[in-house]
Amino acid sequence: MSTLTMVDWTVICPLDRLDPDRGVAALVDGVQVALFRTGGELYAVDNLDPVGGAYVMSRGIVGCRGGRPTLASPLHKQVYELGTGRCLDLPDVVLRRHEVRCRDGVVEVRLRQEE
Amino acid sequence: MSDSDRSAKRSAGMSGGRLIVVGNGMVGQRFVEALRARDHDRRWRVTVLAEERRPAYDRVRLSAFFDGVGAEELNLHTPDDGVELRLGEPALGIDRERRVVLTAAGEHPYDALVLATGSSAFVPPVAGTDLPGVFVYRTLDDLAAIREHARGRRAGAVIGGGLLGLEAANALRLLGLATSVVEFAPRLMPVQVDEAGGAMLRRYVEELGVTPYLGVATTALRPGPDGAVAALELTDGRTVDAELVVVAAGIRPRDELARAAGLPLGPRGGVLVDATCRTADERIWAVGECAAVDGTCHGLVAPGYATAEVVADRLLGGAATFPGADTATKLKLLGVDVASFGDAHGSTPGCLDVTFTDPATHTYAKLVLSDDAKTLLGGVLVGDASAYPTLRASVGGPLPAPPLALLAPAGGAAAGVGALPAATQVCSCNAVTRAEIDAAIAGGATDVPALKACTRAGTSCGSCVPMLKQLLDAAGVRQSTALCEHFDASRQELFDLVRVRGIRTFSQLIAEHGRGRGCDICKPVVASILASLGTGHVLDGEQASLQDTNDHFLANLQRDGSYSVVPRIPGGEITPEKLIVIGEVARDFGLYTKITGGQRIDLFGARVEQLPQIWRRLVDAGFESGHAYGKALRTVKSCVGETWCRYGVQDSVGLAVALELRYRGLRAPHKLKAAVSGCARECAEARGKDFGIIATETGWNLYLGGNGGFRPQHADLFATDLRTDELVTLIDRFLMYYIRTADRLQRTAAWLEAMEGGLDHLRSVIVDDSLGLCADLDAAMARHVAAYSDEWRDVLEDPERLRRFTSFVNAPDVPDPSIAFTVERGQPVPPRGTPPGAGADRRRQPVALGLPEVRR
Ligand code: SRM
Ligand SMILES: Cc1cc2nc3c(=O)[nH]c(=O)nc-3n(C[C@H](O)[C@H](O)[C@H](O)COP(=O)(O)OP(=O)(O)OC[C@H]3O[C@@H](n4cnc5c(N)ncnc54)[C@H](O)[C@@H]3O)c2cc1C
Ligand code: SF4
Ligand code: FES
Repeated sequence: MSTLTMVDWTVICPLDRLDPDRGVAALVDGVQVALFRTGGELYAVDNLDPVGGAYVMSRGIVGCRGGRPTLASPLHKQVYELGTGRCLDLPDVVLRRHEVRCRDGVVEVRLRQEE
Repeated sequence: MSDSDRSAKRSAGMSGGRLIVVGNGMVGQRFVEALRARDHDRRWRVTVLAEERRPAYDRVRLSAFFDGVGAEELNLHTPDDGVELRLGEPALGIDRERRVVLTAAGEHPYDALVLATGSSAFVPPVAGTDLPGVFVYRTLDDLAAIREHARGRRAGAVIGGGLLGLEAANALRLLGLATSVVEFAPRLMPVQVDEAGGAMLRRYVEELGVTPYLGVATTALRPGPDGAVAALELTDGRTVDAELVVVAAGIRPRDELARAAGLPLGPRGGVLVDATCRTADERIWAVGECAAVDGTCHGLVAPGYATAEVVADRLLGGAATFPGADTATKLKLLGVDVASFGDAHGSTPGCLDVTFTDPATHTYAKLVLSDDAKTLLGGVLVGDASAYPTLRASVGGPLPAPPLALLAPAGGAAAGVGALPAATQVCSCNAVTRAEIDAAIAGGATDVPALKACTRAGTSCGSCVPMLKQLLDAAGVRQSTALCEHFDASRQELFDLVRVRGIRTFSQLIAEHGRGRGCDICKPVVASILASLGTGHVLDGEQASLQDTNDHFLANLQRDGSYSVVPRIPGGEITPEKLIVIGEVARDFGLYTKITGGQRIDLFGARVEQLPQIWRRLVDAGFESGHAYGKALRTVKSCVGETWCRYGVQDSVGLAVALELRYRGLRAPHKLKAAVSGCARECAEARGKDFGIIATETGWNLYLGGNGGFRPQHADLFATDLRTDELVTLIDRFLMYYIRTADRLQRTAAWLEAMEGGLDHLRSVIVDDSLGLCADLDAAMARHVAAYSDEWRDVLEDPERLRRFTSFVNAPDVPDPSIAFTVERGQPVPPRGTPPGAGADRRRQPVALGLPEVRR
């Protein structure tokens, strides 16, 4: 067995609290996570704007570029791919992603271990 | 009956009278609208008999129901006093002899009868399809029942892996069910895609967690202990768990009325009609999915709309015929682009295939070429369908570019348009050729709206619009810029579309006139357009997801994630009591305060959950919070004027207050600022504003198109010595004309600069009414003024909206711990320096100025 501690899923809220294309922030084990529901998919990323340094990503605009779902920082509008966390406007900037799922109509999040 | 009798009867039937429409689905509704739009003399009295209990809705977007889109938003029906809509009253029979339609409520006589009964889902004869928990996927009621049954259940299955089946599978997935799809053919979407395309599609589907069972059929559905369906049995002996089953195995035209009335049917069902959409009975017509036009039924909405147009035209004496169906399909499935067109399966003898597979980007494309590799016959695209419009238009003609260049992602296709031959059909919905487009361009059409107006190309499904732009490009016409990758239209075009078509939501706009899901460019623009046209509170329903964060929280976001609140102080005039309230609010919530450059007081450092509490205090004291954000009116600055000043000649404060109250909340392409000075000394800096007013001995001088900021510009004198009412009328029209025609983030100065004829043109439009727009503009402003409501108070009164104002959805009582202040000059401010989470070298970003970007 590896020495990684297993992190558990945290129950966040009922699915219908997530309006399509409109984010919310949640606290998961002390970490601020931004949650989105778009195109029928759920996404969880850090609420921390990696460029602006403020905890605001949940308030960004959800959209798509070239068919891939994206999130624009509300501070200075850098756009991130929700699927990969990659910043499409600045090289080498990444938004940390977390695991999210819906079970029995309830959204759950599990923090991703540092790579 | 003699020949002359017959022709008399025919013309009687054609010229007007009682018209019965059976079915109020997508096509029936479109037919009624098309007829009413052209029937200027009201020759037809229309009665619509509808089986469903709700008026026509957008069935194509049915699945959006599971995204929370309600029946109202899908609604397609607009009440019309020339049309009687009888909901929940299906037609039961037709008596052709007596020319009446029978319903449970009685008889409806007709001079002309249009059948628009659509299709029903085909349910294969398999044991168990009548069990509870088995559904079809056709109506809003079906979807509501599916959602109800899915509650608390874990596994679902869809019978049928075609377009509809995969859409249903996605819905089940969204409802939280582990989903399987059973398809009889060896691949998914067998009608649209070939084997290799199907394989790519299968990968997408599996990645989404849907399990496909291909090349097998269902032999029976088995109940569980509660009597509801629990499992499927397959021909290969396997069993699939499914507590909910959707049957999407195909559709059958609803031809039962025609059948019973003895009308001929098509070889595979459907009401048989000729190319004019008329049945064997000259008074009876059929449109949409129930019609077998020259024997063939079409299960897509575009050919259905074409039949609606044909019959509307015919009933008013026109000579339209069915233009032939375009069976090309472009689908957004589970977020995957899929398109097929022409001879997608390569069934033409001797044809050649060019295929392209890129596992890295998950794209697959195939072109089917004639045996000499010169003519494009059809193709399939999976994963990236951007080349679709050009390719579809090239079917039957020479390839506009080498195949690989055409299939290379983005751009390649555009390059080829110039080479399309003149006879190529560019717009298949309206049968417009390249030659006709080129002629229109030569005749002076310089943009897509002009081409639409003179050729009708692009006015139906819209998928040819990108090509219209490319043809303009190829002809060397410089064009207005597309808004972003999701909309080819400019802001002005979108504004007109929204206004003229009465579009109320972003989803509808992007579905009909754009592509994809939108982005941080187009969403706020559309939000602003919708708000300018008065579509309710900025946080209503879907509209909320379009707003920039400032509009979203009705306050200004600061660099540390906190917000500022700027109470409106119209004209800068404020009582001591109100000043005290502002002071108390700032003190009680620990806010930093500063006097702004716009004659009001800014309160900084509020957390989201504090915003409503702050507004409550302000509202109770007679304030409203103001727009220091938002593309809207900011302030109308004033000087003190004749009230106190020894030089003042008019009441500049009074006018400024009145103007600020009149235009507050008005959404525009960019922010709007104004000022009123009491004399020519100009202490209010009115000439630095979008509209500035300077008092004269006899009235007011109006200056337009000034600003400070990035590129300062003095406003120009527009009209002199105006009475107050004349002044207000001119400003009303100026603002509304600006709102309708300016580009995104174009302030009034830049707008005037770009306007051909400049101020003189503007004068001819808003003073001399050269475009006949004035009444419209006046009415639009009157609507704005009448509909104004305090946005902040509206939030306080609505628990649904208030609920959003918490830092964390799962810990509503926890304040955001990242917001903390230090003290500077006796006031709280966010700590300076690099915030803990920022990449140190990246924090200083160039400031994004609100200037329009030029694309391409
Ligand atoms: C608060 C204030 C500065 C102050 O402390 O005095 C201010 C603050 C901001 N200005 Fe300003 N401007 C303020 C007066 C001005 C003025 C002076 C005026 O209005 O008389 C100007 C020049 C006049 C003009 O606009 O024509 C001004 C030119 C700008 C510009 C450049 C506009 C341009 O056309 O180039 C921007 C950027 C933009 O709007 O895209 C801007 C943008 C901003 C934003 C909204 C930037 C942002 O998105 O965060 C700042 C919001 C602060 C906040 O959170 O409250 N601000 N800004 C002033 C608020 C006035 C008010 O009560 O509404
Ligand atoms: C989930 C789904 C997704 C789809 N997606 C697409 C797509 O992406 N692209 C596309 O082109 N097409 C799509 N379609 C097909 C499209 O919806 C139809 O082509 C279109 O609705 C046909 O319109 P219509 O008016 O002929 O039939 P309908 O919209 O079915 O309307 C017929 C109406 O007539 C009523 N009616 C029937 N009999 C009677 C009677 N005796 N008396 C009174 N009323 C009666 C019915 O209740 C119904 O309301 C989709 C369909 C579904 C169900
Ligand atoms: S503009 Fe004229 S009236 Fe107004 S304060 Fe200045 S000097 Fe006085
Ligand atoms: S192809 Fe549909 S509008 Fe032109």
